[in-house]
Amino acid sequence: MCLAIPVRVVELGFDEMAIGDLDGIRKEISLALVDGVGVGDYVILHVGYALARLDADEAERTLALFASAAREAA
Amino acid sequence: MSGVRAGYVRPLDIRHGRVDLSHGAGGRAMAQLVEQLFAAAFANEWLAQRNDQALLPRPEGRIVMSTDCHVVSPLFFPGGDIGCLSVHGTINDVAMSGAQPLWLAAGFILEEGFPLADLQRIVDSMARAARDAGVPIVTGDTKVVEKGKGDGVFITTTGVGVVPAGVAISGDRARPGDRIVLSGTIGDHGMAVMSERESLAFGTDLVSDTAPLHGLVAAMVEAVPGLRALRDPTRGGLATTLNEIASQSAVGMTIDEAAVPVERQVEAACEFLGLDPLYVANEGKLVAIVPAADADRLLEVMRAHPLGRRAALIGEVTEDAHHFVQMRTRFGGKRIVDWLAGDQLPRIC
Amino acid sequence: MKYIDEFRDGELALGIAAAIAAEADPRRSYNLMEFCGGHTHAISRYGVTDLLPPAVRMIHGPGCPVCVLPIGRIDLAIRLALDQGVIVASYGDCLRVPASDNLSLLKAKARGGDVRMVYSPADALKIAAANPEREVVFLAIGFETTTPPTALVIKEAARAEVTNFSVLCNHVLTPAAITNILESPEVRRLGTLPLDGFIGPAHVSTVIGSRPYEFFAEEYAKPVVIAGFEPLDVMQAILMLVRQINDGRAEVENEFTRAVTRDGNLKAQALVSDVFELRRSFEWRGLGMVPYSALRIREAYGAFDAERRFRLETRSVADNKACECGAILRGVKHPRDCKVFGTVCTPESPIGSCMVSSEGACAAYYSYGRFREIPIVAGAPA
Repeated sequence: MCLAIPVRVVELGFDEMAIGDLDGIRKEISLALVDGVGVGDYVILHVGYALARLDADEAERTLALFASAAREAA
Repeated sequence: MSGVRAGYVRPLDIRHGRVDLSHGAGGRAMAQLVEQLFAAAFANEWLAQRNDQALLPRPEGRIVMSTDCHVVSPLFFPGGDIGCLSVHGTINDVAMSGAQPLWLAAGFILEEGFPLADLQRIVDSMARAARDAGVPIVTGDTKVVEKGKGDGVFITTTGVGVVPAGVAISGDRARPGDRIVLSGTIGDHGMAVMSERESLAFGTDLVSDTAPLHGLVAAMVEAVPGLRALRDPTRGGLATTLNEIASQSAVGMTIDEAAVPVERQVEAACEFLGLDPLYVANEGKLVAIVPAADADRLLEVMRAHPLGRRAALIGEVTEDAHHFVQMRTRFGGKRIVDWLAGDQLPRIC
Repeated sequence: MKYIDEFRDGELALGIAAAIAAEADPRRSYNLMEFCGGHTHAISRYGVTDLLPPAVRMIHGPGCPVCVLPIGRIDLAIRLALDQGVIVASYGDCLRVPASDNLSLLKAKARGGDVRMVYSPADALKIAAANPEREVVFLAIGFETTTPPTALVIKEAARAEVTNFSVLCNHVLTPAAITNILESPEVRRLGTLPLDGFIGPAHVSTVIGSRPYEFFAEEYAKPVVIAGFEPLDVMQAILMLVRQINDGRAEVENEFTRAVTRDGNLKAQALVSDVFELRRSFEWRGLGMVPYSALRIREAYGAFDAERRFRLETRSVADNKACECGAILRGVKHPRDCKVFGTVCTPESPIGSCMVSSEGACAAYYSYGRFREIPIVAGAPA
């Protein structure tokens, strides 16, 4: 359930609103549920609200994990 | 002597005027609407005759006829409007038989209260589209319905064309082993229209791909007269079109997800709304089924044409008693690409 | 698309698939339930099953908020639209769910009900602002992912003193549903549903954190791996579960570390507790009455509770006798076990909710996977 996508915050607005961008598609989003989000951060967006900030380091670590699982099996 | 100029008829107030029931009543108001708006924009020898019908020369070849009803909402969207859409749509339907489109007819159902300024915009757009495509609108009709009974304007266009000798293009001619070719990126029109819809609106550079494909088709047919089938994937998208052909020809199909060209913004917009680009409407693309031996030549010819630059070989026709359209996903697995069930609705889950 | 495309990479998929094949013991089976409908959808859409060894069996769970929404609750929304002239705002997912009297929200719209599709609960509030003389009810559904946005919108309505807006709350809770599965006779006593581990939901977990699952791992000795939304995430989680099962471990592991922490989103959790409270019990389609599994709006925000405002009473409506959604939601049956699957019940004319929601097990299987069961004649040579 819960279709949520990682979007990049490109502009901050008033009242905890912001503009999120996914490959050129821009949508107004709410940051009311997540503190400390800045321009350039990625957030997980669901029904117009950011639910969490995406941890870029962890993302890299996860991708590395995929690659290592592949290497071990080889 | 009165100061009124002889023969003076107050012109239509395009800027502020609105359609009212008298414009469809068959009287002077209607005649004025037809003359000052429609005929003035479409301007050709047939309409100039002011008959209820157009007298046309008998063309050489087998005659193809097609008709299309247009109810798109919103009426104006990035890259087009209901006007040019209706011209392109019917030209394309005629062209999908391999025919050269010759003439168009256009019927308008106008809603009482519809702004004349908007109608002028739509009609101008149609006139431009018809002129650019070289296919005149030779006859038409207009009626007005009460407020609330129409969506502003509904347009029906009918087209007539001729198929050159030796060409037999039909949805039931696909054979196992044939190749499936797509003329360009999918989902542009549907997502451009969706970007304007209330509540779903998003900022984008996407524009509709609405375009007349008869020039591209003519080049394709000349290079590969043995083309099996052509179809433009409009409502229901590529998935529906492939299923239609598979069903008509009693075959299966397998396509490669990685081979289907999709604009990045279309992919992103679909991600946002939980939609699948395979089911999103296109208005300037076509699918061609071609014998394997002719696939390369066809691609070459298509890519040389402005409307076929991103043409791609996306799959092959197979033998399948169930007529499934299957897809090798980018991920490596396989899934079927089924018929569209109802409208694809944006989802949150 | 960043953080999306990399997690759909086919090469890496093959690599993880090889690892799973190498580590899964072919002499036993690994029965893994993916709780979340989004995972069901991803598995079907990307053909993940093709990449798994036969020893690994995926079982679809009830994590589809549309699928578990009882007919009686949709009836309430339909009646509000048709009988009371209320503008009903709903996510697209609910519009086609078949309810009583052969109606759905979409069919109610065709009969003159003012039903409007929204992308966000904020849009529902905007509709209320734009139509001050009409009542607007937002049909709220969803697990813990979707609840905080509803909470925010209710608070916003309270702050702005909106007088024509209310919410019909059907928010449900994940841990309660997992408990229900684990406590079911098929799992606990009969053993007809062998369950070796869970793939935990992705986005629910960003809100509630990984902590709530620790209870399941401990109490029921079943490993849980929280997986991200993309197919590579799911495959990696399957690998991690296979490893846990092989090792005899029952822990909570987090594959979705880029978005999920142990505590989750505390701000969102606080907002939800401020606006909502637990219902003693709530009917789930397919699961029956489940205690402490759903939320209702607190009295402090009672003015925005459609149930209070319109004095609504939910009627429990039985499913069509032939419909096996219940068993399918509990993982006990597969769509192909349902007698009406693919014949009377199809996405065009769905009988049960599992076929309507695009992540319902039946819809997913019908749309993406049903070709597997039917022998396909090989295509002509290239």
